[in-house]
Amino acid sequence: MAEYEPVIGFEIHAELATHSKIFCGCSTEPGAPPNTHTCPICLGLPGVLPVLNRTALEYGLKVALACHCSVPSPSIFERKNYYYPDLPKNYQISQKRSPIGLDGWFEFEVDGQPKRVSIIDIHLEEDAGKLIHPEERSAAGQSLVDFNRAGVPLLEIVSGPDLRSIAEAEAYMAGMRQLLLYLDVSHARMELGQIRFEANISVRPKGSTTLGKRVEVKNVNSFRTVTRAIEYEIDRQIEAYEQGERVLQETRLWDEARGMTVAMRSKEESHDYRYFPEPDLVPMVFTTEYLNGLLAQQPELPAARRTRFIEQFGLPAYDAAILTSEKAFADFIDAAVALGVSPKAVSNWMMGEMLRLLNERGLAPEAMPVQPRQLVELIALVEAGRINTTQAKKVFEEMFETGRDAEAIVQDRGFAQISDTSALEAIVDAVLTANPEPAARYAAGEDKPLGFLVGQVMRESRGQANAPMVNELLRRRLRGE
Amino acid sequence: MGLHSAMPDLHTLTAHAAHELLVTKAISARELLDAVYARIDAVDERVHSYVLLMREQADAVSARVDAKIAAGESIGPLEGIPLALKDILCTQGIPTTCCSRVLEGFVPPYDATVVRRLDDAGVVTVGKTNMDEFAMGSSTENSAFGPSRNPWDLARVPGGSSGGSASAIGADEALIALGTDTGGSIRQPAAYCGVVGMKPTYGRVSRYGLIAFASSLDQIGPITKDVRDAALLMNAIGGPDPCDSTCYPEPAPDFTEKLGRDITGMKIGVPREFFSQEGVQVDPGVAEAVHAALRVLEAQGAIVEECSLPNVRFSLPIYYIIAPAEASSNLARYDGVEFGYRAPGTRDIVSMMTDTRDAGFGMEVKRRIMLGTYALSSGYYDAYYLKASQVRTLIRQDFERAFAQYDVLVTPTAPTVAFPLGAKVDDPMQMYLNDICTIPINMAGVPSISVPCGYDQGLPVGLQFITAHWDETTLLQAAYAYEQATGWSRRAIDEIERVTMAG
Ligand SMILES: [Zn+2]
Repeated sequence: MAEYEPVIGFEIHAELATHSKIFCGCSTEPGAPPNTHTCPICLGLPGVLPVLNRTALEYGLKVALACHCSVPSPSIFERKNYYYPDLPKNYQISQKRSPIGLDGWFEFEVDGQPKRVSIIDIHLEEDAGKLIHPEERSAAGQSLVDFNRAGVPLLEIVSGPDLRSIAEAEAYMAGMRQLLLYLDVSHARMELGQIRFEANISVRPKGSTTLGKRVEVKNVNSFRTVTRAIEYEIDRQIEAYEQGERVLQETRLWDEARGMTVAMRSKEESHDYRYFPEPDLVPMVFTTEYLNGLLAQQPELPAARRTRFIEQFGLPAYDAAILTSEKAFADFIDAAVALGVSPKAVSNWMMGEMLRLLNERGLAPEAMPVQPRQLVELIALVEAGRINTTQAKKVFEEMFETGRDAEAIVQDRGFAQISDTSALEAIVDAVLTANPEPAARYAAGEDKPLGFLVGQVMRESRGQANAPMVNELLRRRLRGE
Repeated sequence: MGLHSAMPDLHTLTAHAAHELLVTKAISARELLDAVYARIDAVDERVHSYVLLMREQADAVSARVDAKIAAGESIGPLEGIPLALKDILCTQGIPTTCCSRVLEGFVPPYDATVVRRLDDAGVVTVGKTNMDEFAMGSSTENSAFGPSRNPWDLARVPGGSSGGSASAIGADEALIALGTDTGGSIRQPAAYCGVVGMKPTYGRVSRYGLIAFASSLDQIGPITKDVRDAALLMNAIGGPDPCDSTCYPEPAPDFTEKLGRDITGMKIGVPREFFSQEGVQVDPGVAEAVHAALRVLEAQGAIVEECSLPNVRFSLPIYYIIAPAEASSNLARYDGVEFGYRAPGTRDIVSMMTDTRDAGFGMEVKRRIMLGTYALSSGYYDAYYLKASQVRTLIRQDFERAFAQYDVLVTPTAPTVAFPLGAKVDDPMQMYLNDICTIPINMAGVPSISVPCGYDQGLPVGLQFITAHWDETTLLQAAYAYEQATGWSRRAIDEIERVTMAG
């Protein structure tokens, strides 16, 4: 059997995180009752005109610049004409011949190795509405339309077919999502449809330089299903070639229930969109100063941040990768360190308790209930010896649940640590008196009994004893110092 | 009538004359409006300028104006002046049809920017006027509500597409009107009805709320009894609008600024392509009237020279690619899903859309949608739409070159006078050729105005003035100078009285 390699590219649709829609003032907030975030413009009523949302344009340009694209000047909007009941005007304002970004590249890491993918084009467009097929109505052949989404700004990022494995595809998707979050232009939450990936996949014998027939896969709505769909498609195509069958250039839909891709009827994809320049919007001319200004606003991107965390914070590469994988994490540690605490201490808390609790509660990193200041205060309490590590973990958990400050929790729960030497000495003496045998063994040179004795002191103090001090006191007593 | 009393028939007044009478309290806004409605009641059954009257709103607005006058407050130049509004402009809470069946039942939830500005100016909108469906036509014969008629000869068309607005002004059924002009739809009917019609520079007046036919060509403008009224109406509607990105961002000038200024030394070019082109010749009677007008301008000190705009000859074919292409997309939204007419008894979404469009659109609209769809189709785009856009640039450059040399260009507005109803309905090409003198101006985006310049076969002839982009004040200056020297506009009134009242 010949060895095959997959050739994968992506079209990414990302919803831009503007407050209002791309061509009108309506809110983009999800979850509103149907058709409440609409106006004559996004409903496409006769006579209305679009007015471009500058923030949407700026967000799009930031991505184009971060992907090293050239920005055509002028860039223009065009109309993509097709009839569909969720499309109010029966055309979508999009970009085709002169989009806001052309011929760029995007670099990310796969298994610690850098990988570069070409970005063919980046363009702005408006989202469509949503068809609803209520059970009781569909019987009568009726459907409803909700236009709340109509006019929500979308950014489409089209990559070249440069990915050669599932791992690369996964890393690319994660990397792009990370970029959008870092640039603060999209919430990019896949489960809310804020970012959608459409893969195009072909396979070819390894070493071949020609491209096979490419298949586009739609209807995937989580990272997991994208990966599954790609895996399925690669296997299907290899199988087809092995059997001497033809692979058609076509669009296929992912069928989640059956775990397979199925061909769309060819009628559905044979569109002639009759693109032409949108006469209701003016060509966009960008000055170098304007574009440079946007570049100057560009925040530190993930790769640079990872390097800084390793070099300046002294974090292990693994920790640095995890903490930069989500912008919210990286922002958290930066904010905490800025308050004057050791990066390592913050990182330990984040890699441990914070990740654990977020996972357990199923919370997104942005939804972290603990503020950087609160963690810094907690670390300070530990470093000052006011509470021990066991107590600190309990405090953190409560902080996570309630959002209260560490100091208040420590007070309420009586967590104040016993660090007073005379009080500790009294407990140590009592423990030694009650356990003469381990004391004797330690005195005879065995190490083990020390741990037991420390544990006894902690138990006597109901966990409040300052453990390092107890250690020290026991050692001194038993060595007769 | 007017001859026997000191007070003229109020409906025959120009806006500026009516304003003088209002501020001196010689008349009230109420009396003025009543006179206009009385006139409509008397003649509109024959002329059919209006598709909808707005008596209730009009009464309320004129009452407010009278209250202001009674309270001693000053009023603006158009306050209390009755206006006819082309039914292509969206009016909040009032049906807006584009004279198409497909918009049956559509009531806009918003006002067009110009409508809001008219309200702000205290203008009294009398009703909405007839037009060719979606402004596609040159005679109003494509209206779903039946044609309007020319007040000079009821057997003839008033022109189009703003035929109802022009016939309303011609027949004194309003003092001023708004039309829209994509390829001559203000100027040609103004010429046919013996009134003044102006298409401002593309971008001078906001298109927000103007139901689009061809977005890159459509422009709103005044249809009035004289040039001063056109300037006053421009003052009310012109200027930047944040709702229209294609609207010129600079503040509009005072359009009356140069009215009455001497035109001595003004350089006037007369492009020969507007008199004779392959396939179409301006009627001798029309050409004669235009040449007589040029002599009048010369007598006033203007320097008149023949000139050439060679690429103008491509205007018609280019127009019939670009305008239908944009229209095919603009009119895609009339599918029965959200608003307007929906064909009954359809089985699925595809048949709902196709049945709705089949029954909702008239022949000419369908013809243009098909033309435009074809021109944009894959494989044809480069040969048609793209090529047309390039030629459009050449036409624009022709005008720019001409205006480096001349202050104003003067041409006939249309190659003929008003033609009989039905004469061209079966021959779209003949109908299209009627716009040969006006379409080039839309292609270039420059402003132009048509003013009456005499008669051919007893019917009014239009004289078209054209100036450079954004130079409407010079345009109005030249047209005003001509009008004042000849008085054609005033002479029209008695003639019309005879025809329309006789019918
Ligand atoms: Zn909206």
